[in-house]
Amino acid sequence: MKLSYRALLGATVSLALAGSALAQTTITVATVNNGDMIRMQGLMDDFNAKHPDITVEWVTLEENVLRQNVTTDIATGGGQYDVLTIGTYEVPIWGKQGWLASLNDLPADYDVDDILPAIRGGLTVDGNLYAAPFYGESSMVMYRTDLMEAAGLTMPDAPTWADIEKAAAAMTNKDAEIYGVCLRGKAGWGENMAFLTAMSNSFGARWFDEAWNPQFDSPEWKATLDFYLNLMNNYGPPGASNNGFNENLTLFNQGKCGMWIDATVAASFVTGKDSTVADKVGFALAPDNGLGKRGNWLWAWSLAIPASSQKQEAAKTFINWATNKDYLALVASKEGWANVPPGTRTSLYENPEYQKVPFAKMTLDSINSADPTKPTVQPVPYVGVQFVAIPEFAGVATTVGEIFSAALAGQSTADEALAAAQAAVAEEMKAAGYIQ
Amino acid sequence: MSTHSTRLAARFMVAPSVLVLFIWMIVPLAMTAYFSFRLYRLLSPDRTGWVGFNNYVWFFNSPDFWLALTNTLLLVGGVLVITVVLGILIALLIDQPVKGQGVLRILVIAPFFVMPPVAASIWENLFMHPQNGLFAALARGLGGQPILFLEQHPLPSVIGIVAWEWLPFATLIFVTALQSLSSEQLEAAEMDGAGALSRFRYIILPHMTRAVTVVILIQTIFLLGIFGEIFTTTQGGPGSASTTLPYMIFKQAIVAKDIGRAAAGGIIAVILANIVAYFLMRGIGRHLDA
Amino acid sequence: MARAVSPRRMILTTLAAWTVALIIFFPVLWMILTSFKTEASAVASPPELLGASWTLENYVEVWARSDYPRFFWNSVVIAVGSTLLGLVIAIPSAWAMAFVPGKRTKDLLMWMLSTKMMPAVAVMVPIYLLFLQFGLLDTRIGLVLVLMLMNLPILIWMLYTYFKEIPAEILEAARMDGASLWNEILYVLTPMAIPGIASTMLLNIILAWNEAFWTIVLTTTKAAPLSAFIASFSAPQGLFYAKLSAASAMAILPILILGWFSQKQLVRGLTFGAVK
Repeated sequence: MKLSYRALLGATVSLALAGSALAQTTITVATVNNGDMIRMQGLMDDFNAKHPDITVEWVTLEENVLRQNVTTDIATGGGQYDVLTIGTYEVPIWGKQGWLASLNDLPADYDVDDILPAIRGGLTVDGNLYAAPFYGESSMVMYRTDLMEAAGLTMPDAPTWADIEKAAAAMTNKDAEIYGVCLRGKAGWGENMAFLTAMSNSFGARWFDEAWNPQFDSPEWKATLDFYLNLMNNYGPPGASNNGFNENLTLFNQGKCGMWIDATVAASFVTGKDSTVADKVGFALAPDNGLGKRGNWLWAWSLAIPASSQKQEAAKTFINWATNKDYLALVASKEGWANVPPGTRTSLYENPEYQKVPFAKMTLDSINSADPTKPTVQPVPYVGVQFVAIPEFAGVATTVGEIFSAALAGQSTADEALAAAQAAVAEEMKAAGYIQ
Repeated sequence: MSTHSTRLAARFMVAPSVLVLFIWMIVPLAMTAYFSFRLYRLLSPDRTGWVGFNNYVWFFNSPDFWLALTNTLLLVGGVLVITVVLGILIALLIDQPVKGQGVLRILVIAPFFVMPPVAASIWENLFMHPQNGLFAALARGLGGQPILFLEQHPLPSVIGIVAWEWLPFATLIFVTALQSLSSEQLEAAEMDGAGALSRFRYIILPHMTRAVTVVILIQTIFLLGIFGEIFTTTQGGPGSASTTLPYMIFKQAIVAKDIGRAAAGGIIAVILANIVAYFLMRGIGRHLDA
Repeated sequence: MARAVSPRRMILTTLAAWTVALIIFFPVLWMILTSFKTEASAVASPPELLGASWTLENYVEVWARSDYPRFFWNSVVIAVGSTLLGLVIAIPSAWAMAFVPGKRTKDLLMWMLSTKMMPAVAVMVPIYLLFLQFGLLDTRIGLVLVLMLMNLPILIWMLYTYFKEIPAEILEAARMDGASLWNEILYVLTPMAIPGIASTMLLNIILAWNEAFWTIVLTTTKAAPLSAFIASFSAPQGLFYAKLSAASAMAILPILILGWFSQKQLVRGLTFGAVK
């Protein structure tokens, strides 16, 4: 009611001023080109019908380009966008800088308490919600049920790393081009380092101790990297140091991977129409080592409003529409429950219809088992499961990613890689003033 | 020969281009030079200040720096050699009277039309990929093992991709140069009994020197700044095996958001480019007057 | 141009030339073939030459997903606009340097090329700040200016080279006849320089059309050209090679057609220019 009154008022004012019939507000939404976001653009008729006074202009870009553009814009006060699609890495940093508008005053029907606590925690800074999650994901094990059966093994719902190694060894058949396990090797803070950082959590490792001293010289990191390199060298595909999400997805879909540990969002791809193994895929939680933390991450693509936007009301209206429960129902009615953006709302997982989706429960369990505010076995001064929410992380983790990728390519040993990583991170942390 | 008024007119005709290029050069250069002495991280706006030569020192102390310099020169040199040699050969070939010359030329220059990021993505995934790539399928078809292009030969692979992109540019300029070669001269030489090789050596090649010079100079300047293809295919790796200076700058500017360091890298790149250009001009610059 | 050649030699060279051309063209052909495959058969192993079933699905989806005509039009305006503006500045400059060379002409040329030495990423933030300051972000005029300035040295260099090919005697003859400077440029020089200008123009349009850094950094919606359109189809989560190929094919096609036409133009201009 309040909104429509305001719209009416706006319309009258503009009628008086410009003689136009409707006060049209145009908002520019920057977004990533993933399937869920593309689907939303196809459902804009619903938004336009409900909010004829708001026109939405889309800027759809590939993840890296999107990040480059929106970061430049927000850090220089460019003011080009009214709604930004950003991840859980950016939200805490940008929120702290005061670059984002608080979303605490979203209308009651938004039902903020319905958002999964783990996701909400990662998007909140000092009690302010700075972004509304559009979809959330964790990581899990996807495995070939037929190959496991042929090997006479069964995958536990919550496997250990030892289980993974055993299964990988049993499923590998290099002559038939079947590799026991496919993991990320491509260098980048969002590529191999997302996987390895999450994995290291389950080995009891951490990036920094409480005084921000880098910990790559710890036995826990050594155990992590040794295990990873051993697994990949023995049972992984050749050329793995250049494989990211998409490369591994292709391999898995072609039936060349026995297991793949990656984003939960992949579940709908490996069981989808482009997969040759769609009916032979099982899911399990990311592995652990019995230390109380699993090797899974937590990520949410979320919508936020730059504090510099002149059209915050319209932007909020849009965000409410796009991340509301009604939107989930809208997608379900048009495209089926399996295509609903997952991982943001408790109510979705309580919906009996959604519970029929094969990967729903495993996705929820994975998300719930990750805690961005307490990601590691030992205490840490940072927030973030597969990242460290400080501005310096993207740069320094990419450097470490290159070092580890080179180790995977056989250019250096695990020990050399860890020593190089320790030195590189220590230098950056000194330069950034965290440590002396 | 030229009168005073002609020379004056010529000055006026050159002036606009010099003026706009000067502004275009000096303003960003001055800003970059300024930033290169500042602490300027996009994501930490509260920490700023003068840092002296720290940003430069970071580059020189970086374990990748000298490797990146070598790689930059190897990339430029490799692509130049491939494009110039193949470009001349292809230009000679398609300058012959052949059937379907028009279509032929379009096919040869087609790679230039593909946007660089797309070209790199296609080469990486549809050709060089060790499992799905066409090359891997060929290798297996011939009974061999697929070559791990991007993992074991990262720099040559990147050079190959970039050379493929730039080959049409060189070919196009060479073909145009060949077309202005008078055929009478060639025919006369042919009648004198000069073989194909000596005709190439004594008539065609001297005629092409200016075209070759132009191709080398223009491509060098473009190639010295390449980073997109590296980001798409190898991320500068494995390790830093295919990292170049522009890619180091790219990582500082785009990934780490450290504008101060990126600016210092930019200044270093400009100095490097000037050194390269100086030697090029000393080596081949005289051909420009011909 | 027409030299007498034996039919056998003609067949051999034709064969050789086509083999080479097809090898060079093959990746583009492969990309176009991929654009007609399903995503699954695009990455099939072993690769499928034509795919199990041809489909236009990728084109339909690419068309439906984004406002192609708008991106296309922006590309046309930016590429053609920057080229024309560049030519207006470059032709007189190159003419003067080619026919009234001074002692410093070579240095001047080299200096012009040196304005391109700064890697784009290093000046991203400075240029962005300037654009912000002058309200040029997401405007076509802003991109026309940037691309014009970026490619101006190339334009001048190429024109200079082509102008140099024109025999100075012809100009002197015209001057003896009392032609004014402008008449000389307009009626003597320009017709002879047309093939050079045409090929320079084509190259410059291609360079501007394919520019994929500044065009993406400095635009959002209103001025975004095809490079931004492509960036919305590359590297999402999930398979995308067929769609990326389709989007690329759509971006290439207009410029390929332009190349085809200008090719004929070039040949015609050349036969004219060859009369020495």
